[in-house]
Amino acid sequence: MQDYRIKEGLNACINCGTCTAICPAAEFYRYDPRRIVDIVQHQDDAQIEELLKSDTIWYCGECLSCVTRCPRKNAAGLIIMALRSLSIQTGFFMESEKGRQMYLLCKDLNSNILNYGYCVYPRTFKYKEHQEAGVVWKWEEEHLDDIFERLGGNLDGEGAGAMRKIPQKDLDELKKIYDITGATQMLENVRAAGLKKAEELGLTEEEYAKKLYTESSNKHFNH
Amino acid sequence: MIYEGKQKIWADYQKEIPEDHYFYVRSCIRQSFFPASEVTFLDITRNKLGKDIFETEHHTTCGGIAYHSDAIPQETAMTIIARQFALMKKYGYENYVCSCITSFGLYCETMETWREYPELQEKIADNLWKSCHLEFAKPKFLVHASDLIFKYRNQIAAKSKYKLVNVKTGEPLRVVEHIGCHYSKMFPSKGVGGAEYPYVLVGMVEAWGGQIIDYPERRHCCGFGFRQYMIQSNRGYSLSNTHKKFESMEPFKPDMIITNCPGCPYFLDRWQYVIAETEGKTYGENGHGIPVFTYEEVAGLVMGYDPWDLGLQTHQVGVEPLLDKMGIPYDPAKKYLGKNGKNIGEPEKPHCLK
Ligand code: SF4
Ligand code: SF4
Repeated sequence: MQDYRIKEGLNACINCGTCTAICPAAEFYRYDPRRIVDIVQHQDDAQIEELLKSDTIWYCGECLSCVTRCPRKNAAGLIIMALRSLSIQTGFFMESEKGRQMYLLCKDLNSNILNYGYCVYPRTFKYKEHQEAGVVWKWEEEHLDDIFERLGGNLDGEGAGAMRKIPQKDLDELKKIYDITGATQMLENVRAAGLKKAEELGLTEEEYAKKLYTESSNKHFNH
Repeated sequence: MIYEGKQKIWADYQKEIPEDHYFYVRSCIRQSFFPASEVTFLDITRNKLGKDIFETEHHTTCGGIAYHSDAIPQETAMTIIARQFALMKKYGYENYVCSCITSFGLYCETMETWREYPELQEKIADNLWKSCHLEFAKPKFLVHASDLIFKYRNQIAAKSKYKLVNVKTGEPLRVVEHIGCHYSKMFPSKGVGGAEYPYVLVGMVEAWGGQIIDYPERRHCCGFGFRQYMIQSNRGYSLSNTHKKFESMEPFKPDMIITNCPGCPYFLDRWQYVIAETEGKTYGENGHGIPVFTYEEVAGLVMGYDPWDLGLQTHQVGVEPLLDKMGIPYDPAKKYLGKNGKNIGEPEKPHCLK
C-alpha cells in the first residue's frame, strides 16, 4: 500500500494490545485495532481484502488516542484511515453496512464545504435529525439570524466574522482543489455506487439516504 | 514525587508561542455552536490586550471533519490547508493561530508528513498553484487559540473581576479540564504540556484561582468519532463514551468543565441533556448538570463579560449554578433576548434537566 499514513503509522507492532485497551471504539463495537495493525503488517492480501469488505474498519472514531500510548509509536488510527481510503477506491466499501454510510457522509459534508465553505453549517444542521442538540438548538434553529446577531456573529454576512458568507471566488477555488486532487472523482464514484444500491433495493434516493442514516443491525455491538 | 514527575514531563513539552502578530483561522463547529466564543477571543486579544490578530473572509474550512469522516482524500485536505497557509503569507503573516482542534491536529500531521516526504510537499505546492494561483508557504509558528489564551493567562488574571473561587466558601472551584484528542495525542511536542499531562487548560485554571480535578477517564475521548456522530445510527458510540467520562468524574463533584476543542463542549453539554432526559440521571447538584465551557467563555467570565454576551444561554446545561458560585451577577429576564432587547421567545424547558 502506497498510502503515506501507512508509512507514517506502522513500525513493527508487538501485539501488546495497548491500543485496544484504550480505544473508545473497542468499548462500544466488536473491534480490536491491534488485530488490524497485525494483519496489515503481515501483508496477507486475502486478509486485507477481507478487512476492506468488512464493517470492522469503519468502527474507529479517528480520535488517535492509540498513537500516544503505543510503545512502538504506531498509529492504528492512521492505518485504518488508509484502509478506508483503499476500501473506497476499490469499491469494497459497498460490501459492508458501515462502509455504505460513505454515501451519506460524502454527500452531506461535501455539500456543506462546496456550497458554503464550511464542514458544519448551522442552516443545514437540523433539529429534526439532531434531537440530541436539545430544545435549546430547536429554539436557535427557529431564530438563527437573531441569535447570531445577538452574539456578534456574521451569519451569511459580507466581510469577516463568525459564519460569514465565504465569497464565491473562494468556493470556486475549493472546487478546483477537489477537481485536481481526486475528490470530485471520488464523490462521483461513491454517489454512483450508492444510487446503484438504492435501485437494487427498489428505494428512491431519499429513502435510501434515510435507511443509511437511521438503520443499524445489532451485530456491531460489544454488549 | 509524582507531582515532581509530572512537572518534569511538562518541562519537556514547553512550546514556543510568539507573543503577537497572528493570522487567525476560524472553526466550523465553534462558529456554528459557540460564535460568541470566537467573538470573545478576538475582543480579549485585540481590544483588551492590544494584540495584532488578523482575519480574512477568504479562508475556509480546513476540510478536517470531512477528512476524518473519510469523505475527502488526504491530498485534497492537504491542498486546502496549503491554501490557508498561502493566505497567511499573502497577508504578510508567519504565525498561524487556529480556533479548531481538529484543524490544529491536521495541520500538525500535514506539516510533519511534508517534512518527511518533500516530494509530497512539492506535489501539494503544484496543486495549489494550479487550483488557486497561490504561492506555497508554511507557518513559522503554528498554535491553537487556547495556546494563546494560555500564554496571556496572567495578563487576563491581572485584569480579572472574578475568580474561579466559590464566593460563599472561599474554596477554589473544582474544575475538570478536557483536552481535545487531536490537540496533542498524535504529536505530544506540539501541545503545551504534551499528551499525558497537557498544561494548556490547567495553566489557565490555576492562574484564575481554580483547582483541577484528576479522575480516571480524564484523557478519554469525548466520543465525537466524526462518522460515529454524523450518522444517527452510529451515535450510540458518541453517547456511550461521554457517559463513561461523566460516570468517572461524578464522584469528584466537579463544579464545571473547561474544554479547548470546539466539539467537546457541545458533546459534553448535549449528552448530559440526553442522559438526563432518557435515564433521569444528572451529574451536577440538585438536578442540574455540570456546566461545560469553552476556554474563551471562562476567560470572558473571569474578565467580567456579561454571561449572555458570551452566549451561555445557548448551552443546554444551565450555567447559573456556576455563575452563583463565582458571584457573577446576571439578569434572568435578559437571558433569551435578541439584539437590543428584541423578544425572540425562549427554548422549551427540558423535562428532567434543571
Ligand atoms: S499498541 Fe502498538 S505495538 Fe501494541 S498492539 Fe497496538 S499497534 Fe501494536
Ligand atoms: S483512532 Fe481509532 S483505533 Fe485509535 S484509539 Fe481512536 S477509535 Fe481506537
